[in-house]
Amino acid sequence: MSIHATHIARPVTVSRVMLKVLAALLPGIAVSAYCFGPGVLLQLLLATVTALGAEAAVLRLRQRPVTPALADLSAVVTAWLLALSMPPLGAWWMIVLATLFAIVLGKQVYGGLGHNPFNPAMVGFAVMIVSFPAQMAAWGTPLTTLDAAAQLQWIVTHTLPAGSNLDAISSATPLDVLKTGLLQGGQTAGQLLQQPRFGHWGNAGGEWVALAWALGGLWLWQQKLIPWRTPLAMLAGVLAVSLPLWLWQPAHYASPLFHLLNGATLLAAGFIVTDPVSGSTTPLGRLIFGFLVGVLMVVIRVFGGFPDAVAFAVLIMNMAVPFIDQTTQPRVFGRKGGRHA
Amino acid sequence: MSNTPSVWQDIARKGLWQQNAGLVQLLGLCPVLAISNNVVNALALGLATTLVTALSSATVSSVRHWVPHTIRNPVFIMIIASLVTCVDLAMNAWLHELYLVLGIFIPLITTNCIVMARAEAFASRQPVREAAWDGAMMGLGLTGVLVALGALRELLGKGTLLAGADKLLGPAGQQLTLHLAGADYQFLLMLLPPGAFLGLALLIAGKNVLDARARQRAAAATYPAPDAEASPAP
Repeated sequence: MSIHATHIARPVTVSRVMLKVLAALLPGIAVSAYCFGPGVLLQLLLATVTALGAEAAVLRLRQRPVTPALADLSAVVTAWLLALSMPPLGAWWMIVLATLFAIVLGKQVYGGLGHNPFNPAMVGFAVMIVSFPAQMAAWGTPLTTLDAAAQLQWIVTHTLPAGSNLDAISSATPLDVLKTGLLQGGQTAGQLLQQPRFGHWGNAGGEWVALAWALGGLWLWQQKLIPWRTPLAMLAGVLAVSLPLWLWQPAHYASPLFHLLNGATLLAAGFIVTDPVSGSTTPLGRLIFGFLVGVLMVVIRVFGGFPDAVAFAVLIMNMAVPFIDQTTQPRVFGRKGGRHA
Repeated sequence: MSNTPSVWQDIARKGLWQQNAGLVQLLGLCPVLAISNNVVNALALGLATTLVTALSSATVSSVRHWVPHTIRNPVFIMIIASLVTCVDLAMNAWLHELYLVLGIFIPLITTNCIVMARAEAFASRQPVREAAWDGAMMGLGLTGVLVALGALRELLGKGTLLAGADKLLGPAGQQLTLHLAGADYQFLLMLLPPGAFLGLALLIAGKNVLDARARQRAAAATYPAPDAEASPAP
């Protein structure tokens, strides 16, 4: 162990930052595993192994040193974020394929960590939701009666032990239920939200997972690893669209609280829009980037074809980042006005 | 390669590989991306484009001394459009089902950059036979890319190869279809436009890898003299 003089700060390394991000995910993982069962943990394991394997394989092909890139843990962060956005009881090949797309086509093709214009985890997620919408919509029922062994068997072999009910392991997400319910008509959003699937605050079980993501995000902010601007701007964007819609026609649109606690909203606010590589880096740019991610997310959720939209919102805004960053350059000290330093 | 390649070999090598319309010049990407979702469609459109490119190059070359320089483009377009209309009517008559699938992309061969580019860059300043050969080779080069991309997307997207071959070859073609995955297998991304972009990018990367290897081998073989034949990096 190296010893530093007390006035010299310990150097911030990528692997330390990534380790803290992983630590910040732990509360959410714990709650998620409690709600949806140990299948979540198997998904995390599969994603981690695939990500490290794919990263090592591509680095070898590119004739780059393998060990430092694996030790920076960024591939593990991508893998975990992806595994946590995928259905907890999805088949094994889904998470493996998604991770391969994320690491190989989302990250390494562009040159590895720091060069990827798109958030790799969201690339993997978007590939899956576009290619396999039915399988991606089948989420486990929270607080399911299915025991651990049956869950693991389902993920690996796609068969269930005798006596288990398929309904217990695949139910639509609250976002999905609300969307199809409103499309079918006959019931108002308020009536639909009375179903037990929605719990007290709009997402039985899932609401606690969401709050645990928020906790992890707050800790990262306290550790000065993520800026406050992007997540707050994103939540403001969510409110800016969902609140007026809800006030205008509460029968047709879910409350802002529903949008906050459902899907990947709080996971995205803490861990996805704060990605330093694919997100905006200027102070004003972070506000614009986060706000528009939030706006797009609710707009696509409410008016688009897919139930959740974090991935699409983030990818679309990733495309706009170079433009945002270029037009929001802060003034260089000692110069007048100039945007372009 | 002790003796220098003939002009015919040179034209063929450029059209099929070195200056490949799909992978190097990146011309005619609209049909390449839109029609390459299975092998049969890709092959049919590729061959139709080849026919048009060869015939138009020959025609343009044969009239090259009488076309005033300032209005050459309208003249070339007229020639190309007439040939495309012939191909369009012929396919409608004899390959009607395939014609319905390919739809607007047959008439659109008129606006395909490859046809115009060969007329402008090659056929308008070369003898007829060379021009026709160049058009055919450029067209076949594009057909190769289309078929490779179509095979990649059909295989990964639907798990089949040569589905719908009967549209091109008659009823006997049905037996050519290979089913390499279960009937419910589908990977939608490869069939949708992103699959076309990803597939084309992979093919271009693959060609660049092969070229780089070939250059390395050539450099190792003829060291210290650099290989004069090596093509410039695209």
